[in-house]
Parts: sequence; C-alpha cells; structure tokens
Amino acid sequence: MSTTKPTQPFAFDRRRFLTRSAQAATFMGLAYTVPAWARGGDLHNGEIRPGFDEVSGRDIALTIGEGPRVVQGRRGHAIAVNGSVPGPLVRLKEGQPVRLSVTNTLDEDSSIHWHGLLLPFQFDGVPGVSFPGIKPGETFVYDIPALRQSGTYWWHSHSGLQEQAGHYGPIVVEPAGADPVQTDRDYVLLLSDFTPLHPHTIMDKLKKGEGYFNYQQNTWTDDYPLSGEDRRMWARMRMMATDILDVTGSTYTYLANGRGPEEGLEFLFNPGERVRLRVINGSAMTFFNVRIPGVKFWVVGADGQNVRPIEVEEFQIGTAETYDIVVEPTGEARTIVAESMDRSGMAVATLASRPGARATVPPLRDPPLLTMADMGMNHGSGGMDHGGGDMAGMDHSAMGHDMPSQGAAAEPMGGMDMSGMNMRDTSKLPSDVRIGPGIDMVSMNPVDRMGDPGLGLDNVPHKVLNYRDLVALESNDDLRRPSRQMEIHLTGNMERYMWSFDGKKFTAVSDDPIRFAYNERVRVKLVNDTMMAHPIHLHGHFFELVNGAPADRQPQKHTVIVQPGGSATFDLTADEEGDWAFHCHLLYHMHSGMFQIVTVAPRGNHPDVKRVGED
Amino acid sequence: MRLLVAMLFVSTAAPAIAQDHSGHAMPSAQSPAQTECEKEAERHRAMGHSVPEGACAPKAQPAEPVSADRHDGHSGMDHSQMDHSQMEGVDHSAMDHSAMDHSKMPAMDHEGTQSSGQAPMDHQAMDHGAMDQGPMDPGTMDHGTMNHDTMDMAPIPQAPPPAAAGSGPPRAADAIWGAEAMRASRDALRAENGGMNVFWFQGDRAEYRARQGGDGYLWDVQGYYGGDLDKFWFKSEGEGTFGESLESAEIQGLWSHAIGPWWDLQAGVRQDLTGPERTHAVIGVQGLAPYMFEVDAAAFLSTKGDMTARVEAELDQRVTQRLILQPRAEVNLSAQDIPELGVGAGLDSVELGLRLRYEFAREFAPYVGVEQEWKVGQSADYARLAGEDPSVTNYVVGVRFWF
Repeated sequence: MSTTKPTQPFAFDRRRFLTRSAQAATFMGLAYTVPAWARGGDLHNGEIRPGFDEVSGRDIALTIGEGPRVVQGRRGHAIAVNGSVPGPLVRLKEGQPVRLSVTNTLDEDSSIHWHGLLLPFQFDGVPGVSFPGIKPGETFVYDIPALRQSGTYWWHSHSGLQEQAGHYGPIVVEPAGADPVQTDRDYVLLLSDFTPLHPHTIMDKLKKGEGYFNYQQNTWTDDYPLSGEDRRMWARMRMMATDILDVTGSTYTYLANGRGPEEGLEFLFNPGERVRLRVINGSAMTFFNVRIPGVKFWVVGADGQNVRPIEVEEFQIGTAETYDIVVEPTGEARTIVAESMDRSGMAVATLASRPGARATVPPLRDPPLLTMADMGMNHGSGGMDHGGGDMAGMDHSAMGHDMPSQGAAAEPMGGMDMSGMNMRDTSKLPSDVRIGPGIDMVSMNPVDRMGDPGLGLDNVPHKVLNYRDLVALESNDDLRRPSRQMEIHLTGNMERYMWSFDGKKFTAVSDDPIRFAYNERVRVKLVNDTMMAHPIHLHGHFFELVNGAPADRQPQKHTVIVQPGGSATFDLTADEEGDWAFHCHLLYHMHSGMFQIVTVAPRGNHPDVKRVGED
Repeated sequence: MRLLVAMLFVSTAAPAIAQDHSGHAMPSAQSPAQTECEKEAERHRAMGHSVPEGACAPKAQPAEPVSADRHDGHSGMDHSQMDHSQMEGVDHSAMDHSAMDHSKMPAMDHEGTQSSGQAPMDHQAMDHGAMDQGPMDPGTMDHGTMNHDTMDMAPIPQAPPPAAAGSGPPRAADAIWGAEAMRASRDALRAENGGMNVFWFQGDRAEYRARQGGDGYLWDVQGYYGGDLDKFWFKSEGEGTFGESLESAEIQGLWSHAIGPWWDLQAGVRQDLTGPERTHAVIGVQGLAPYMFEVDAAAFLSTKGDMTARVEAELDQRVTQRLILQPRAEVNLSAQDIPELGVGAGLDSVELGLRLRYEFAREFAPYVGVEQEWKVGQSADYARLAGEDPSVTNYVVGVRFWF
C-alpha cells in the first residue's frame, strides 16, 4: 500500500513537502563501501564494525549492544546498534507506517530517538519525557503511523551519554512522489566523534578542568593575532578567546561513517555524474566545517527539508543538523573535508572515480578566535557610521548584508577599549531569567546572527552557507502571523560548566515546562548569552527560521544554531500534541542542564486547520 | 515579465501603506534619495564588487541540479551568484544608512517590543538580505523580495501562553504508559540533566623543599564533593623538616556555596594537628578573580578567641600548551599576638613563590620552583628568639595533580 493519506488521528497532511505525483522510479545509486554483513552478529565478544548496513520495510528490528571498538589503533568501548558504529541506515518511505522493534541487550536502560521525524510523542524515544525507556533485556516497539515527511534524518540514544559511545545512525525517508533532487548517486555521510574515554570521564573533566581538552589556548608563544591588550582584556573577563569547542581533537578522532580520516572512506562516482551527499552531524560535541576543496556544490536540503539550491564552497554544520548537497565531481578524486570548528582535527572522505583514487588532503587551517560579535558586542565597534545617533540600536546584521561580523568584529577584538564594559549586565535580562551563578555573561546587544556562516568562516575567500541563504523549495502551509512571541535565553557558566535556558537548569524546571496551546503559532527568539554556539533542537516539530525569506518560504528546521552573543528567531506552529524535549544538542551541555520540556496541549476537539497550500 | 509583476505589486502596494522607499532606490522615486542611492551604488562598485550589470535580474542558473521550477513567483530572489562573502573589508561607514528614512514605514514590524521610537530598530522583518546590495540599479530592483507580508500593522505581542496551553495533563506520557512506569525514568532524567555531583581531589602543591638548615616537605591539597552550587569542600596543608616532628598541619571541612559566577562562600571548621591543637571557625571566599587569579581568602576564629586570616593567590601563565609558570603569593595576618604559636599581631608572614610545571596530562604536572618566606614584624622577632631565621628560601620540586 502506498499512500500519503494520514491513517492515524495524530497525522496531519499539512507537512507534505512534495507533490503527490505517481511513484517515481528514483534511482538511488547506493554504493556503500560497507559490505552488507549479516546483522545481529555477536555483539558481546566481537569487535564493533565501522560503517553501517541498511534496514527497511514494514517491520524493522534493531538490537542495542556493546563491545570493544578500535579506530586507527585507539581502543574504546562502544555501544552499537546491530553491531556497527554508526548503526544501520533506517530507510523509510513517506506515507507508509513502520514498526521498529528495539531490543536492549545492555545492562542499563537505553532508547532510540528518531531525530527529525514527526510522530506521536510517545514514540519519540526520550526516557522520562515520552516513554519510560527500554529496560535491559526488553524490546520496545515504536509503532509509527504513516510518515508525513521525507528527507535525511538520523536516530540516536537519548539515554545518559550513550550517544557519545556510538549509539547513532542515519535515517533516509524516501518521498512518496518524485524526488525534486534527481541525482545519479545518493550517499549518506554521517559525521561523528570517537573517543577512547568513557563519556562520563569527559563530563567529569569538563566539570573540573576548564579548558581541559583545549590544547590551542593562547600562550606566551602562540601565533594568535592578539595584542597584549586583547589578552589582558580576555583575562580580565575570565574567559578564553580560544574557547571554540569544549571537547576537541585532543581526545576525539573525527569519523566519516564510522571511519577515521586514515581509514579511507570513499564514495565512488563516474565522471559527469551528479552525486547527492546526505551530510548528517551525528557527533556528540562537534561542529564541522564541510568543504570539497576546489569544488562548488549545491545545498539542496536542510534538516531533511528541500531548499532552493544554493551554490556554496563550504558550510558549517552544527551538531544534529543535516544538509543534503549535490556535487558534480570532476577529475580522478576529490577530498571531502569535515574540519572540526576549532580546527583540531578533521573527518575525511573521498569522492573517487575508481576505488583507491585519492586527492590531496589539505592541512588544518589556523584555529579561529572568538570575536567581539561573539561577546554580544556587535556595535560600538569602529568603522560603522550609522549617520546619526537615532540609529544607534539598528540591527545591521539582521538586514542581511551578508557580512555577519562586519569587518571590525572579524578582527579579533581590534584593539577595542573594553574598560567600563559590563559583560554581565543582568538588567538586560527579562524577568523570567533567573540570575545566579549559572550566568557568567549577558550579551550586551544580541543581534540576529542568522546571517553568520559560523565561527571562523567569516573571512574565508569563498562562499559559505548561512541561514539567510536557506529558502524553502515548497511553500509553507501555515502562513498565519504568530499570535505572540517569546524569548528564551541560552545561559551558562563556562568555569563551572553549567548550561541552562533562562538561567534555570532542567533540575529547576522539570515540573514547569514551556507550554503551547494546540495549533498555536508563536515566534520564538533564542538569545545566546554565552560565548559558545549552541545547536538548539525541538523534538517532534519543524519550526521556520525567520531568516528574511518570504513568509511562505521560511526554511523549516528541527535544529538551529544560535551564534555566540547573538540571537536566532523561529516561528513555530505547535501542532504536535504531547510532551517534547527541547535542548541544546551538544551532549554535555544537555547533560549539564540545558534541557527543557515543551508541552503542546492536546488537540481535543480542535479541528485541523486547513491552510494555504493544502487541498 | 515576473519582474514587471513584482514591480507592479510594489507600486500599487506602496501608497496603501505609505511607504517611503527613498533610500531603497524605488524606481519611481524622483527624490534626492535616488541620487543618494546611485552614489551608493557607485560606492559599491568602487568597493570592487564584481557584480555584472543587471545581475539581479532573474537568470537561469547554470548546472542547475534540480528539476523543479525554482523561480516560481520570484518571492525570493536567488542571489547565490553574488557572493557577498567576498566583500572582505568592506567599510560600511560609506553606506550612510541615514538616508534610508525608515521612520516613514509605519507598517514595519518592529518585532513587537518597540512600537515607537527608532532607537532599537530591528529590521529583521524587512529582509534587506534579499535586496541587491551590489549595483543598486533602480531599473531592476525587485521589491517583491521585501517581504511586505510580514510587515503587519501591529507588533507581535510578548505574551504568556494562552489558557488553552494549560489544558493538557501535567505529564502527557503518564496517560499512555502510566505514572508509575514513568517515575523512574523521569527521576533519572532530572538527575542526569544538570543534577550531577562531582568529586574532585587536587594536590596543588606536594613538594620537597631544599633549604639551609635541613630540607623539608610541604603538602597543600583540597577537594570537594557536590553539585554546581553547593559542595562539601575540604582542605589540608602542612609542612615539616625531615627528621623532625611536623611543623604545622591543618585540615578544614567547609560548606561551599556559589555566590556568583566565579566565587564560592565557604564556612566551616579548621582543626590544627600540631603544636597547641586548636579548632577554628572558618569563613572565606574562594574563586577566580579578574585576570584569572585563583584566590582563596579566609578568616579564622580559634577556640581561644584568636582571630587570624590568610589570603592566597595563584596565576597560571601558559608558556606553551603544557609548560605553565605559576606565580603564587600568600599573606598571613593576625589580629593579636599569639606567642605560643610565634605569631605577632598585624602582618604575620608573607610567601612569594614561582613554580614552573609541565603538564604531561592536565591531571599530572611535575614542577620545580622557588619560594621565599618572610616572617614579618613581631612574628620575625618571635622567630629570632626561637633561633630561627625569619627569612627562608626554599628550592622546591614537586607535583601538582588532581583527579
């Protein structure tokens, strides 16, 4: 049976992004380099394999196990699904239901969250929010009604820190109709991070030693373009300009489909072919800068949703985001470089015209530094003449000049006189933010930074994607103007390693969720009062970035990066009833308290509103 | 054709909402602002934006990998060819936005919070991102991209959730799985996401001290167990000369409470383990001062009624990623003479040290260093009376560690 009509009361057909033309014979040139080994091997004694198989169909069985894992000679303990890291590619089909039976053979609770899928909340897979979790030895059946979407997604554990240990894998939902993205080959590139350390050890080190994993700190002998004055200013603030990622290549080996950079992941192509890469950031703590040196490519999807193709040479992908790109590689081979944002390491894959073909792997670029913009001081910097005092508060970055850091800010500190600046003016915070030791900074002027390509990418000599480039391919269905807006502050204390929303860790608000009426349309502004970029994920929904695209073409996402010291805004139609997790997708930030529950009131007798674009 | 439609839309819509596009290079605006705009366009050209004439006109994308029609309606222009990221070092001071006169755009959505006044203007809804910043050619300007449909009259109000938001059960999952089944995982979730306790033990100084008149040793350790804000904190330090009995030793047990982002207030008890054994009440602060000084300052009130105080400060100076030079200072103060301890009123003693450590791991760093101790004032006199040198130089070798 192939239908896109909803078969469950939970299902709405408003999220149909593709035309319902007849089933197209989409050519999926799946040529994974991993052999399709038998699943369900010996999970307890055998070594965990890199890479993944594929599972599909009406009923899918997944088994969570554990075992030793070796990446480029580094040995660690892995939690793996069906014996591999990443776990199997779950291939689903729009309009069709699926039963996923997940068996937990660990000696602790586990779970699988289907990241980006629209489904009844009780099958979302967050223990303590959507269901009780999967006890050791138990099998839990996720009985998911007909899928209301297509695209690239992923799954991962939402129990403890299991995700870091390898409990994640890709999801591809094939469209019911013709795929507007027609390519000759279709590959998944799942980026992640491997560490021989136990995840709890990492959490422990982060709590105890600030900068524990950062071996790119400023020193007496570094090459950073920081003046003595800059260095004193940072020291006075008790912060580090080199604080780009909390966990770095000092412990991580960055993985492409489970393989280290020396383990030779390759995607085959024939010259002249068009290749689709479904790039998934399944890491625990890493933002990646993805590029294919010498090759321009098109971004055609973001978080599973088709966008108008935009030609770029690089994009930054936050933890838990996905981007689909289309590339027409030339030559014998091309290197795909996924450099960690702090440039302490990279994952590498090769587009190869024949097995074994390789291109040059470029060296890591110089590590970036935080700038004034990252402190929330987007103005007051020299060089911007607004032609009159009455324009003082004007938000130029929001005007889409596509120059997110505006020159002066890209210059690290640029000799700015910081004396008299209050980096923690709590009077700027709304009253519902709890002011306390958990807040070490308040952004002075949190401008919209959705036009920012990401830390370290504002000065590269080629086009880098930013959120303002994203325009939905298909018209959005809910064109109502939001009836209210709310502001959520992202707060933290680097020294104590505390992270929270509105100054309140989840421990303080576990009985006080963020509430939405059913079908309410709300504009949510996320304000980042920290110097770290946070990928904020809302379960069970897509929200639309208020990024300057026309109202009906605001791109839909499930995860949005809020740049340091800045803000990001989205419009949300809260039409998926139930309780949903809402959190920073940096694993150890979530684990430190940057987590909340979003409650959407029951639908009740509320009719499903017919919206523009629906038949 | 589509462009024409877009322009028609703008020209009919504009009077209705009384827009002043003077700064935006409206084709019909025969105003000084247009020349301003032309000047601006010239400036942009002068900045070296390699944008061809008419680049903002609809154009077919080469090598378009998508078969769907991407140009339907032109509601968002594709400026992908323009690549503003190439605009390195552009000085926007030349742009003079004062000519833009946003004040005459009453329909603009000011993001709700500011309904009047220009100061905190948020032009987010205006979507200039879609405006061609390069050659502002009035003829091809597409105002259809200005997204006027979000420029509603009223700002979106900041408001709490409506009553209907509270209509559901307090916990949706209970209705499906049962409250009992959910309890354990819910408790675990709370404990896991922000509720963790940490145990930390640090040997800040554990060292051999070479000096005139008999080498000695010193330990200075501390640790805690607790959450982010409240901890049980313990400290111990002591020193002696080899072959002699302990010179001094103490242990402290403190409740530590965060009073700011970088500071803990600590209160508790200190027990002296040598000499005339004494117990003290302790109150102090410990934390990170501006310029990254680690500071520990405490006052002690002994069971004999003596009031003393101690202030310590350390500063880590990274020479390389692993080689760290640490200046350290300690000052001891007393409110009264305590002859049996050799302590004089006022400034009692001062220590200045410099240690160079190498972090084989963050947790394990051997060091060498030198430390100078001075007994001061009455304390120096007490020392001399006891036949000791009030000024001692220690050459130290030790290890800093934590776990």
